Amino acid sequence: MPFIPHTETDVRSMLDAIGVEDIDGLFDEIAGGLRAGELEGVPEGMPEMAVNRLMERRAAQEGRPLCFLGAGAYPHHIPQAIWQLTTRGEFYSAYTPYQAEASQGTLQVTYEFQSMMAELTGMEVSNASLYDGGSALAEAILMAVRGNRKAKSKRVIVPRAVHPHYRDATRTIVRNQGIELVEADFDRSTGTTPLEQLDAALGDEAVAAVVIPQPNFFGRLEDVDALTDRAHECGAQVIAVANPTALALLSPPGQWGAKGVDIVVGEGQPLGIPLSAGGPYVGFLCTRKNLARQMPGRVVGRTVDAEGNTGYVMTLRAREQDIRRSKATSNICTNQGLMVTAATLYMSIMGPEGFERVARHCHANARALRDELCAIDGVSAAFDGPFFHEFVLRIDGRPVTDVLGDLAGEDILGGLALEPYYDDLGDAMLVCATELHGEDERRAFAEALARAVA
Amino acid sequence: MSEVPSDLKYTRAHEWLRLEDDSVVTIGITDHAQAQLGDLVFVEVPETGSSLGAGDAAAVVESVKAASDVYAPVAGEVVGANEQLDESPELVNNDPFGEGWIYKLRVENPAALDELMSAADYEAFAESEED
Repeated sequence: MPFIPHTETDVRSMLDAIGVEDIDGLFDEIAGGLRAGELEGVPEGMPEMAVNRLMERRAAQEGRPLCFLGAGAYPHHIPQAIWQLTTRGEFYSAYTPYQAEASQGTLQVTYEFQSMMAELTGMEVSNASLYDGGSALAEAILMAVRGNRKAKSKRVIVPRAVHPHYRDATRTIVRNQGIELVEADFDRSTGTTPLEQLDAALGDEAVAAVVIPQPNFFGRLEDVDALTDRAHECGAQVIAVANPTALALLSPPGQWGAKGVDIVVGEGQPLGIPLSAGGPYVGFLCTRKNLARQMPGRVVGRTVDAEGNTGYVMTLRAREQDIRRSKATSNICTNQGLMVTAATLYMSIMGPEGFERVARHCHANARALRDELCAIDGVSAAFDGPFFHEFVLRIDGRPVTDVLGDLAGEDILGGLALEPYYDDLGDAMLVCATELHGEDERRAFAEALARAVA
Repeated sequence: MSEVPSDLKYTRAHEWLRLEDDSVVTIGITDHAQAQLGDLVFVEVPETGSSLGAGDAAAVVESVKAASDVYAPVAGEVVGANEQLDESPELVNNDPFGEGWIYKLRVENPAALDELMSAADYEAFAESEED
């Protein structure tokens, strides 16, 4: 589809027609104090050669650190083919055209993405993506409150073991809609959410939904079956927040407990999307068929035309903002199309077996790393029990931030200091290992950590 | 021209009402409305027992590329909903005044029904909207 910009004459005649002097005049409505104005330190324009030199210098400053920092964004191997294909002209737009069916390739990719996510999560329906894991959780909560007509409640239980950024994003998005978020605490020795804490949060009042992370922010595996069943007993819907790589090994949320969860959300970045300083990433959301109409975004379906040829069509989008305005299920439409393309290619290139192998390597490397690091004097694991590819360490004698600073000096990102997010947890750090962290990488980390704590 | 049964009351939002007894009305959308929407793929009916104010959104009718609200023409309590539409939303297209009814309302103030349009008024109204 060609994109034809307006000529100066076009622009002039449009401005004349509405009686506005120039383009800037269109923004007169916005009060001066609210305008971004000039960006400090950003020059007007630079020659391409100068930009290249500047960027190369800055890239060199970043170094190529050995990264053991996870906490929601994970370093994984990304096969070359994925971005070779994703950045082809045919895919290189996040948008579906207004006559969506004209872009059969784009629709097919979305359809494949939905099919793979539904299979991975064990659910019946997937949407075409959301912005990221955090906003996906907020959308799931809005959806659960809309969908849980029986409970008529706006209380939602969110364990503290859910990613702190997800909880922040969720609070920002739902707090003005009268939704009450209630925390459920974690056990200090296991780092998981015990049933007693869920019960304490549930109380006697009606609850619309309960959020269950798997693995949780500390990398620990929650007792998802028991938590799911208890939430359902109380008439609440269950929202799983899951890591897609972990789902290659763990039981899919659609099979948790007696009935399975109602909504699954998560961050799709581990599926072939580079860390790139925090984004763009992609959120996913899967659900049951009976909740499909409360789901934000759209669904692409496969059908046949009059001659029996396979074709892809927009199957569900009637509740998007351009049609439903203020009553839309959300402002989400096409969303992260390009990231969806990368994730779809990643899953198809890996295949179910390859993907499971990646997950096994992550887990094995993380276990080995924890044992190797805990063998160092003064280093210990904060929590007991099974974990996927992240774990929490305590360090005796030195503050975690100092230790992480020393490691950074050796070009190692050693993890995340947890105290800013959990002040009652004390000094501790969250460390991650993936398939990228074999024996050599782990040894380099262990040796540097031993020096830092000595 | 679409069908406009003469024994029903009508609204400007293209709903029809049939008085079942002194205070209960059955509500649906008109033949004209279903023709404008096209094939319905989903109807969201109101929960029985919920109370609605005049003008409140009561139900949603969804076609392939649009979703519209069905409003409560007068205040009242929902005393029934057409659960058959869950599986067969096309009933609204095929039989808008019969099997395609959407919900039943116990009207708070039956006198309010007098404000609604007659078949002749509605026919004229729908025609004027077409222009």
